[in-house]
Amino acid sequence: MLEQHLPALAILLPLIAAPIVFILGRSTVVWLLATFTGAWASIVAFQLLLTTLAEGAIHYSLGGWSAPWGIELTVDALNAFVLLAVTGVSTMVLVYSKESIAKEIDKAKHGFYYTAYLLAMAGLSGILITGDAFNLFVFLEISSLATYTLVSLASDRRCLTAAFRYLIMGTIGATFILIGVGLLYMKTGTLNMLDLAERIAAFDRSRTINTGLAFIVVGVSIKLALFPLHRWLPPAYTYAPSAVSSFLASTATKVAVYVLIRFIFTIFGPDYVFYDMGMDMVFMFLAIVAIFKCSYMAAVQNNVKTILAFSSVAQVGYMVLGISLVTTTGLMAGLIHIFNHALMKSALFMAVGAVFYRVGSVEVHAFKGMGKQMPFTMAAFTIAGLSIIGVPLTAGFVSKWYLVSAALQQNLWVIAVLILLGSLLAIVYIGRIVEAAYFHDVPEGRDASKLKEAPLLMLIPMWVMVLANLYFGIDTSLTTEAVGHASEWLFQSTELLEVAQ
Amino acid sequence: MTEVLIDLVLLGMLAMTALRVIFLKDLFAVVMLFSIFSFVSALIFINLDAVDVAFTEAAVGAGISTVLMLGTIALTGRTEKKNSHSSILHLVVVCVTGAALIYGTMDMPPFGNADNPIHQHVAPRYIEDSPKEVGLPNIVTSVLASYRGFDTLGETVVVFAAMIGVLSLLGTARPTNKRATPESGLAKHRVLHVVAKIIIPFIILFALYVQFHGDYGPGGGFQAGVIAAAALILYALVFGASFAHRIVSPRQLEVFAPLGVLLYASVGLVGMIKGANFLDYNVLASTAAAGQHYGIIIIELGVGLTVFAAMLGLFYAFSNQVERSNVQ
Amino acid sequence: MSVIVDYYNYWIVVFLMMAGFYVVISANNLVKKVVGLNIFQTSVFMLYISMGKVSGGTAPIIIEGVTQYSNPLPHVLILTAIVVGVATTAVGLSLVIRIKHAYGTVEENEFQNEDDAI
Repeated sequence: MLEQHLPALAILLPLIAAPIVFILGRSTVVWLLATFTGAWASIVAFQLLLTTLAEGAIHYSLGGWSAPWGIELTVDALNAFVLLAVTGVSTMVLVYSKESIAKEIDKAKHGFYYTAYLLAMAGLSGILITGDAFNLFVFLEISSLATYTLVSLASDRRCLTAAFRYLIMGTIGATFILIGVGLLYMKTGTLNMLDLAERIAAFDRSRTINTGLAFIVVGVSIKLALFPLHRWLPPAYTYAPSAVSSFLASTATKVAVYVLIRFIFTIFGPDYVFYDMGMDMVFMFLAIVAIFKCSYMAAVQNNVKTILAFSSVAQVGYMVLGISLVTTTGLMAGLIHIFNHALMKSALFMAVGAVFYRVGSVEVHAFKGMGKQMPFTMAAFTIAGLSIIGVPLTAGFVSKWYLVSAALQQNLWVIAVLILLGSLLAIVYIGRIVEAAYFHDVPEGRDASKLKEAPLLMLIPMWVMVLANLYFGIDTSLTTEAVGHASEWLFQSTELLEVAQ
Repeated sequence: MTEVLIDLVLLGMLAMTALRVIFLKDLFAVVMLFSIFSFVSALIFINLDAVDVAFTEAAVGAGISTVLMLGTIALTGRTEKKNSHSSILHLVVVCVTGAALIYGTMDMPPFGNADNPIHQHVAPRYIEDSPKEVGLPNIVTSVLASYRGFDTLGETVVVFAAMIGVLSLLGTARPTNKRATPESGLAKHRVLHVVAKIIIPFIILFALYVQFHGDYGPGGGFQAGVIAAAALILYALVFGASFAHRIVSPRQLEVFAPLGVLLYASVGLVGMIKGANFLDYNVLASTAAAGQHYGIIIIELGVGLTVFAAMLGLFYAFSNQVERSNVQ
Repeated sequence: MSVIVDYYNYWIVVFLMMAGFYVVISANNLVKKVVGLNIFQTSVFMLYISMGKVSGGTAPIIIEGVTQYSNPLPHVLILTAIVVGVATTAVGLSLVIRIKHAYGTVEENEFQNEDDAI
């Protein structure tokens, strides 16, 4: 019976678990319940992906009202794939949370943490699988409010200003999206995404639609921290609790990239956005600048979480670069990188959180000698770091491979070279930390005997992510099949429309 | 023509208010101007036939938001300091954005024209069929609670999420004074006491009316929740928070808010168990019309409960902060 | 003339939006930023409600004998958006209060000087 309700379940599981968790309050039961919910949601996402790959898109009318009058959930290979990454990684971070937040968050606030976490998950899942442009805004705000709360739970006072800046930027972004959706609605009279696509395609491209596109792109770009609208991200990821950084870095911006892809490819159509409006050049330029500027910024920071945060902005650059190439391979590269980056960044932030758990600091010098003291944690960090760089046999290599080949397909040699140069900068910023860990001794005045390996409940999820990095670096059949399907669909969005009819 | 004139005058007032906010440094005045802005907006909404929206804007913008802002400036000080950094860049950003929007208006369908696309697609079904499909005279309630019920579930969750955020930031309100003596600054005003005692029962009665009359007139769970919370906020302001805590304690609110969300979601789940899609009310009773009716009443209750609990919870958390700073 | 009658409403709404937007990005005081955000959002609500208006129509509550109703859908969307707005405001203001406790000031340039800017 549950089979037919899978799309609804993906949102409802965390959505219903959140209030229950809040009523139950603070205890281990809450952690178990949240983790169980996450695991169940991941299974649902996996089933959804298999179903869409086998049978095509699933449409689920909420309230029994058919679209465009009611709200419809639309699951295809694209969002099922991202949903799997988001729920899977979130679940692992939930497992990791128990020990990590015990160290970093006041015990009285653990109930708030799990409630906000589940709400954020529900919001992100909702954004991913809703088929309605306004409903997307509502879920965007659920996830945003929950993430502001999560960021502000840390004990460092700077998390407050970071959260406030995030709130202001996030709300401006959401309001821009609201304006954009309003303009589209004004011209078409509908909010359902497929219906919008059909009616926008039928229209002669009017100035109102152009403006709507511009507002939506700017609004979403704030949310995905596209250079130069990324300024809110580094403080938020730096001062948030480690588990929250791990969760946000691997999910929130990825979902925003998905929203960008969904709006460009499904609603507006690539022809309109790229050929008529020339946005591919804008995206390509910003993406390249993001990769270099932010990789450089990462290389000169001393706080490891800031390094990883800037690295995240740079990695978003790679995803947008893939989209801006306007080919199936380019889009595949962008999509694979969404998935793979979630795997590597969560592992990296988990490792940093583990070091913080023992050392109490996340400066680069705090990592000195950790190679010997915390061998498993640092090994995990190193492997995930290699994945960021794009070394063969890691997931990161697969994304870079697709990206470079997409650039070469178009004879964009310069772009291909720039991508490889960007990887060199990644060697610098990851290398500094690895060097500190393996080629230095624990600094004087720090009691080496107290610096033991991290607790098992932190190591297990961390290593699950690391092994996933290796697995998806070697066996790419699942990822390539899913993104292959997704990008073919997106480029034939007109055919997708016919399927929906 | 009168409609247009009223519209123009009100919009002009809004423009002046907004301009004044930019230059004023006195935050108390800024907040009051915002309250006026919100109230005038509500009038414009009425003029534009959006009665439900006007109701909500007046209750939320001019009401709850203003109270929260006043509470905040009581803690943070009421003047903005001079800032030295130049705002040329900001002005440029705003001008570019504004120019883009003005450019966008050039192809907009003309204001008020019945032939506009939004009046031709999707909406006609709501207007023509909702009385028999959902069975309510208020089309806004039909769309809100049934056709787009999932949005409203999301909205309820947003309110819940805000409560989580505020409570985690400001801490749960704990009664500071067990003896519950009137400690509010307004305690000595006899007239206020008497007036408040007379008014509050009517406010609560009105909240109940709005809750259950939303199907026929403007109103519904959201507005009712805000009004009921306003009654208790008034009580707390006049008699002191500890008195209000004895009627509804912060701990109870922390249970009510999630319960409202669960109540809403459970209506959808019952639909699923009965073999229909999530939030399908048709299967809740023997006939579709009765099912819609039950479904909407219960989800509106859920909305009302969560909104009441969250709004009052927000007020408790803010007033608790103010009280604590007064003690210090 | 007809252009003005057709669009004056939208133009004033755009002006209001931009006034609010300017306050958000230029204000130094965090409370004022939140007020600006509210003005910005309220003006966007007005954009939606304006497009739902039908000249000569009435509020979308079925009454016998009336045939022309204004569009109910924008009203529904904005009801939701208002709630989202107040939720954001509440969380934002709570952050402001905490920032005041932690830094002793709510002026952006003052606490930025205290922290190393990233």
